[in-house]
Amino acid sequence: MTRQFLVIGLGLVFATSYAVAQVGSQSGADKRRSGYQDMSEALQKMQDDDTANPGMLFVQLGGQLWAKAAGVSNKSCADCHGVDATTMKGTATRYPAIPQGGDRPVDLEGRINLCRMEHQKAEPLPPENRDLLALAAFVAHQSRGLPIAPPDDPRLEAFRAQGAEIYRRRQGQLNLSCAICHDDNAGKKLAGIAIPEAHPTGYPIYRLEWQALGSLKRRLRNCLVGIRAAAWPLDSPEYTALELYLMERAKGLKLETPAVRP
Amino acid sequence: MSNILVNAPKTAKRGDVVEIKALIMHPMETGFRPGPNGRIIPRNIIERFTATWNGAEIFAMDMSPAIAANPFVSFFARANDSGTVVLRWTGDEGFAAEHRVDIAVE
Amino acid sequence: MDRRLFLAGTAAIVVLPLGPAAATPDAMAEAIKKVIGNATPTEGRIKLDVPPLVENGSTVSLTVSVESPMTEADHVKAIHVFNEKNPQPNVFSVRLGPRNGKAIMGTRIKLGDSQRIVAIAETSDGKFWSAGADVIVTLAACLEESP
Repeated sequence: MTRQFLVIGLGLVFATSYAVAQVGSQSGADKRRSGYQDMSEALQKMQDDDTANPGMLFVQLGGQLWAKAAGVSNKSCADCHGVDATTMKGTATRYPAIPQGGDRPVDLEGRINLCRMEHQKAEPLPPENRDLLALAAFVAHQSRGLPIAPPDDPRLEAFRAQGAEIYRRRQGQLNLSCAICHDDNAGKKLAGIAIPEAHPTGYPIYRLEWQALGSLKRRLRNCLVGIRAAAWPLDSPEYTALELYLMERAKGLKLETPAVRP
Repeated sequence: MSNILVNAPKTAKRGDVVEIKALIMHPMETGFRPGPNGRIIPRNIIERFTATWNGAEIFAMDMSPAIAANPFVSFFARANDSGTVVLRWTGDEGFAAEHRVDIAVE
Repeated sequence: MDRRLFLAGTAAIVVLPLGPAAATPDAMAEAIKKVIGNATPTEGRIKLDVPPLVENGSTVSLTVSVESPMTEADHVKAIHVFNEKNPQPNVFSVRLGPRNGKAIMGTRIKLGDSQRIVAIAETSDGKFWSAGADVIVTLAACLEESP
């Protein structure tokens, strides 16, 4: 008699949990989560308020640099692309991409440097340079709210596949792959914090850890250091391949630049 | 000149208490952190932030190295007269920055 | 050797900081005393809003609000915030007056470790009011080493 009750009881518990789980998950809708959703309310508020989001200081700086003439050509970005940068709407959602006349993909910072060299006849800015990040933030900010839309270029397939391979490859002293944390264990806690799904929805981001704006490349280096793997040199094509894969994986999620992350 | 973002209403009714928010780009280097060479990075912080409304002080803040980088401050002020709110930051290494906003009070 | 002396000796060795001198509850008490003298603050009227758990201690949002009519006769003159475990015990001091209308201010602070923060308000009648909050500071899993 008791055994029957136990079985029925357990059955009810399972049924209810199953039902609740179904209601909890967005029925049929996108179940992916941006890192924004894994942050505390205080940080979400910080990101949402344009006069409290520290990343916006860099967007403002980027806007000033946009209008500033540079290089031997003495041209500003505005001279070609327009004063208010509305021409940049959607641009960041389509990067990394292969530039015209090129054969390998570049990220947004790489594209800005190409413009500097080709059109402004100016020196390229070094990686993680504050002005470069500010310009990238200003350009990407014009796409805030737009869905990530990787371009349809068939030439990107090979690079994207390389990125996917890197993502699944075990590396480093901890012998972890990106997939193990960010696919298999996303949402679970690691050192008190939820593991995010690792969608690059807000780059360049203001990472609290850096107390400054930083690129996806910098963040990926942090990951490599975190799993005790050798961080590839800054100009390695691996970063762009991985970014290409991550942006495809994040296709459709809205851009949040400049995002705040812990 | 440092990048500054200020949020203050452009207009207000006489007697209203309005919120003013200010954000400034600054490393707020604590002076306690070792750099890549192992030596302590020298302190470089904003020490003082003040706000005046038509010249009268409405807010003053002494900051320590414990204030986060790119300092953010929010405070309230009663809108008595139309005029200019002047925000000033001063600190290490002769740092000085200023930002003005006009508020019309009816 | 006297057992107590030996234990005290070991404790001293254990507590010796390896880096810069860190604040302690005593240092915080000292810092508070410097500001308010021998007065004893009353708990109340001042509220310290800070998240109980933060993902990263480098930027912690904090709001201090004090119940006060903010009139010429009755207003908050100053707010002081202290911490227990950062390298030094002071966080910030703010000077207010009747022109503020509301004794509410917000900022973002650094917390080097999980610790207690104390806020003290000074009102125009010369009284002191205090509030405290405990904050747990976790750290992100994949951090950057020194560049």
